[in-house]
Amino acid sequence: MSAKIELAEVDKRFANGVEALQSISIAIAAGQFVSLLGPSGSGKSTVLRLIAGLEAPTGGRVRIDGAPADQRTQAMSYVFQEATLMPWASVLDNVALPLRIQGSARRTARQTAERALAALGLADRANAFPGELSGGMKMRTSIARALVTRPAVLLLDEPFAALDEITRQRLNDELLTLWSEQAPTAVFVTHSVFEAVYLSQRVLVMGGQPGRLIADLSVELAYPRAPAMRLQPSFMQHCQRVTEALERGQACAQANRP
Amino acid sequence: MITTRRVATVVPWAAGLAALLAWEAVVRLRGIPAYILPAPSLVVTTLWSNLDSLLASWLYTIKITFGALFLALAGGVALAAAFALSRTLELALYPFAIALQVTPIVAIAPLILIYVDSTTAALLICAFIVAFFPVLSNTLIGLRSADPNLQDLLTLYGATRWQRLRWLLAPSALPYLIAGLKISGGLALIGAVVAEFTAGAAGRETGLASRILEASFRTQIPKMYAALTLVALTGIVIYWASNALSRLLLGRWHPVERDRL
Repeated sequence: MSAKIELAEVDKRFANGVEALQSISIAIAAGQFVSLLGPSGSGKSTVLRLIAGLEAPTGGRVRIDGAPADQRTQAMSYVFQEATLMPWASVLDNVALPLRIQGSARRTARQTAERALAALGLADRANAFPGELSGGMKMRTSIARALVTRPAVLLLDEPFAALDEITRQRLNDELLTLWSEQAPTAVFVTHSVFEAVYLSQRVLVMGGQPGRLIADLSVELAYPRAPAMRLQPSFMQHCQRVTEALERGQACAQANRP
Repeated sequence: MITTRRVATVVPWAAGLAALLAWEAVVRLRGIPAYILPAPSLVVTTLWSNLDSLLASWLYTIKITFGALFLALAGGVALAAAFALSRTLELALYPFAIALQVTPIVAIAPLILIYVDSTTAALLICAFIVAFFPVLSNTLIGLRSADPNLQDLLTLYGATRWQRLRWLLAPSALPYLIAGLKISGGLALIGAVVAEFTAGAAGRETGLASRILEASFRTQIPKMYAALTLVALTGIVIYWASNALSRLLLGRWHPVERDRL
């Protein structure tokens, strides 16, 4: 299950006067995997929060399957840069939380959560507390919690930025596997060109302050993708194009600075 | 530093015992008269020979202390929850709470004793006033300290107010509430004793403070020490109990308890 996401001429100015986004228009097809790439302060996370309905745009419209973001009916999940787990609850109860909020009984919620944990290789850590887990396991728990509701839209805000390279690569692969199984529309915010190209069908490059869309690049590499693909010339070419767009964005941000 | 659990248990007891022995030794060797400094052994025998009157007073003080602590807990948590829900209410009532907190209880106690007929009720009110502020202030900070990302997550999943309170705000506030409770436990005892000193009550329904006053009027120094011992003992038990509660509730997940010996 997946949903279409549309941002039309979206502006966002915060209450403190900071202008985060200027006239952003993005259309993401149902089931697509899209990365948002750009330097800090280019408004990537703000785009995610607007899609989630956690912020309202000051101009323009955000629509999920045609409905305003704050009136959506589809399940949506959000993965933060930190695992953002409840330290007082077991891994299992953390993953069961979204189902409990939706009104599932404790037992059924836990059973579904157990399956989600198993999919991320955490079946044997279900009763552990977050404080007892490594950074990678915490992030796995966070992803299991995001997928337990089988969301139509999966939003990820630099989820692997704080992890070591090996764990990061492994989680990239697992994320792709789970995405192809559940097929939600995925929007992935990252700083890493390689990660963006490796994961997505499309890379949206953002830049400037306020943030604008610099480039919309499609990644024509077949799924399933494997680590070996990173060494292929076509992969490197994509990375090259994305890097160039990123630099263009930085150059025009500097030119605009008063 | 590596400290085993056994060392952590033995050292405080050993230090306490050593201090008592030194005290006893100094009193005996120097021949210090009991009306200046009674030896611990004399304090214990005095305690034993006055057991009936001291025990009744002790129970009374315990009743006031725990009654006030319970009221402080209930009142503090309820008020903090109300403040967390309504900023207007907080703006309106917080100054009163602060005024009560900063005015010394010995200065308010005589008024309360005039206004309230029952001495027991008056003492309860005094001890409550001393004890409730740490619970209120800590719980309020705790309710406001919930992880903003988790707040967003609950918003995203459309959690109701009640779900938010139950699954996020209450557990977030718990460590703060317990920290408040640890302070309030000691304060309730102080409030109970101080208020009784001010009341200067005599008769059957009186606590340890009255025994200390009586003994002081009659220069029965060993009896003063005996009553003081019971007051201190009560305080230590409250401290232990709140630590045990903290371990029980926060044991596995909170760094404060998880990384303990």
